[in-house]
Amino acid sequence: MLEIGLAHYLTVGAILFTLGVFGIFLNRKNVITILMSIELMLLAVNLNFVAFSHFLNDLGGQIFAMFVLTVAAAEAAIGLAIVVVFFRNRGTIAVQDANQMKG
Amino acid sequence: MIQALVFYLFAAITVASAVMVISARNPVHAVLFLILAFFNAAGLFLLVGAEFLAMVLVVVYVGAVAVLFLFVVMLLDINFLKLREGFLQYLPIGGVIGLILLAELALVAGSWSFAPDAPLSVGTHVPDPTVVTNTDALGRLIYTDYFYLFQIAGLILLVAMIGTILLTLRGRTDVRRQSIAEQVARTKADSVEIRKVASGGGI
Repeated sequence: MLEIGLAHYLTVGAILFTLGVFGIFLNRKNVITILMSIELMLLAVNLNFVAFSHFLNDLGGQIFAMFVLTVAAAEAAIGLAIVVVFFRNRGTIAVQDANQMKG
Repeated sequence: MIQALVFYLFAAITVASAVMVISARNPVHAVLFLILAFFNAAGLFLLVGAEFLAMVLVVVYVGAVAVLFLFVVMLLDINFLKLREGFLQYLPIGGVIGLILLAELALVAGSWSFAPDAPLSVGTHVPDPTVVTNTDALGRLIYTDYFYLFQIAGLILLVAMIGTILLTLRGRTDVRRQSIAEQVARTKADSVEIRKVASGGGI
């Protein structure tokens, strides 16, 4: 219990990831909270990468975590830009109002 | 001993603030709890010696991504309470799916072990931190073995930047702008007109 091993980090990662998925289901109308839940899930993935990197003594995990960080930053920027444009055009950001392409 | 206590502290605050992120009533509070979660995750990274990633997490996530969220939340004039309608309605199904996912992850974690030859397939060993710092070791690896991937990461950021600017840029026609070229090109001939006005009469 007082010896911190890989399992401890994986547990924290699993809980964070589950909370991210839970958040997407809970806030199905709010795009901004959904984006924040996705950020939480990516953080959980990064935590797993770094933990494995340390306990396997391999530096590759940290480099991959850095690439995940890059993609997450790009995703957040473009996602929020789309939210701003959508709000400008429709005056709302509710997910169920995004149905213009529904034929 | 100290390390374990610090780990439990960071992990507990991370998970608690993640719970607050998905359940906060006010989205500004949700973003602030997201920042708290990132700070404590950076602390967890520090505990396993990933100093560079911890600092990048603070600088990039807290300094850029979370502040971007904060800006967007504050800029949009939305009734966020209305968006929370159906929160309790989605609670059961979300809870069931979350529990299933957590149970699956627990099963995987319980029955999992390293392959016997996994330590042999390690690409690059983490160097002794007293000899080579974490940032130094990462830099040596990024600019040699992972150089092309590093370039592609930069390209992704460039594309994201251009895409964001292109999406949000709009030519506004309802505002008057100063046109310096027009002002400089003005001559006396096309701006001043002299008329003889008869006394007592208008123009």
